[in-house]
Amino acid sequence: MSTTALSQFSMPFLMGNGLNSWSEALVGFNLLGLPLGLIILAAIPLVFIALYSLTYGVYGERKISAFMQDRLGPMEVGKWGILQTLADILKLIQKEDIVPTSADKFLFVIGPGILFVGSFLAYAVLPFSPAFIGASLNVGLYYAIAIVAIEVVGILAAGWGSNNKWSLYGAIRSVAQIVSYEIPAAIALLCGAMMAGTLDMQQINVLQSGAYGFAHFFLFQSPIAWLPFLIYFIASLAEVNRAPFDIPEAESELVAGYFTEYSGMKFAVIFLAEYGSMFMVSAIISVVFLGGWNSPLPNLGSFALNDWTNGPVWGAFWMIMKGFFFIFIQMWLRWTLPRLRVDQLMYLCWKVLTPFAFISFVLTAIWEIYVP
Amino acid sequence: MSNQTYTVIFYLFAALTVFSAAFVVLTRNVLYSAFSLLFTFFGIAALYVFLSADFIAVTQVVVYVGGILVLLLFGVMFTNSIMNPGQKSEVFNIIPGLVIFAGVIGTLLYTFFNTQGWRTPAEPLQGSIVERIGFETMSRYVLPFEMVSILLLASLIGAAFLARFDKTGK
Repeated sequence: MSTTALSQFSMPFLMGNGLNSWSEALVGFNLLGLPLGLIILAAIPLVFIALYSLTYGVYGERKISAFMQDRLGPMEVGKWGILQTLADILKLIQKEDIVPTSADKFLFVIGPGILFVGSFLAYAVLPFSPAFIGASLNVGLYYAIAIVAIEVVGILAAGWGSNNKWSLYGAIRSVAQIVSYEIPAAIALLCGAMMAGTLDMQQINVLQSGAYGFAHFFLFQSPIAWLPFLIYFIASLAEVNRAPFDIPEAESELVAGYFTEYSGMKFAVIFLAEYGSMFMVSAIISVVFLGGWNSPLPNLGSFALNDWTNGPVWGAFWMIMKGFFFIFIQMWLRWTLPRLRVDQLMYLCWKVLTPFAFISFVLTAIWEIYVP
Repeated sequence: MSNQTYTVIFYLFAALTVFSAAFVVLTRNVLYSAFSLLFTFFGIAALYVFLSADFIAVTQVVVYVGGILVLLLFGVMFTNSIMNPGQKSEVFNIIPGLVIFAGVIGTLLYTFFNTQGWRTPAEPLQGSIVERIGFETMSRYVLPFEMVSILLLASLIGAAFLARFDKTGK
């Protein structure tokens, strides 16, 4: 599909246009016998996380929240406060790196690292473009669901290592929440996997491409798909500890939750991990239900909008834009909805989302078997 | 990717697995052994990938890191001396432990060096293994699969019964 899409939009790298051609070209790139291409392949998502957290993540969230509350947001540094994030980074780098005396030094230091690695590992299977994916695994979607477990260990290490009761309570709340919400999230994604018949993230995208644009997306391919879509979206909010599920870092109860004791660059790494997992869940939901790198525009007669807006570079554009759209909704909800109580959180997970996830699972299975 | 790179990566993961497993046993701090298990489980998952068993590798991460390790950490953290980071475990039964250790290692090495004819498939595995696993589970192994699900259901009900808030006793 993607190979036939307009070739004039391909990158001028002599890398070709085929499925996974850029990443395969990178894998084959060796310098002095060292697999430098593999390192570059892993570094691209890392640089992406850093750039997007700096611009859209921090500055964008402050501006969006400000406009939603009829404020101006950062205005002093640079025009419209554009340089505010750079100033913040400068401040974070200059800050003294404090490790509390009574903290468990090793766990305190390693906690943010494990947390970030957990959120970064899932980027290996995110198809950023038809021609670029870190690792085109057979079990990509399963891997993306599974690898969140490492983040849980990082949160526990950070919370326990701080030797602070707020940190520990925040960590325990956070882990209980992530572990519970993994269940409806996984069942909802399983509905998408059933519609695709594969767990390969790149194949799931290929199956959703076609001349009618958005009509080929799994969300519009079955009358039940909106239910797992909604369930996964709600559950993913809880998995990344965003409002209204931000009780692990409820500032009115727990100061800042599991990162109460952190400052300076370790704090920055924790935030990078949070922004990383925000984009990760947004990318997963857009891949499974909204076509990933496929253009949503349909071909209208002689205006072949779909053909014009597909291809490796356009694919990266659509993928990132869809991810950013869901991150915008996450921010929007954060400044709109109040926080849930712990018991409401568990009620929502076990008595609302999980049964409905099972219902949507059965209905999707029936639809996939009996409707061609 | 060249063969040499594969070898280097394999030995990295093997070393990670062995050393973190040794750390689990040798450290005196209970919580450190629990956290060290993360690296052991992860290293074993990586070794499964080298055996072309990617589905099992991911399942390893789901079950052991996501389930058992988190449960272990919760168990350690919910003990009464939760704010006492110096919780130590003692060393008991050094002689019987060493004997069992030597016996297990000896048996494994003996089997490893004396087993003839490691079978390798005529053609390497192609395509997605997930489909095959699904078909086999739902056809040939459907009875064990259902039995396991009933066992899990029974244990779930049992856990819910034990954990239920006892109204009369309070």
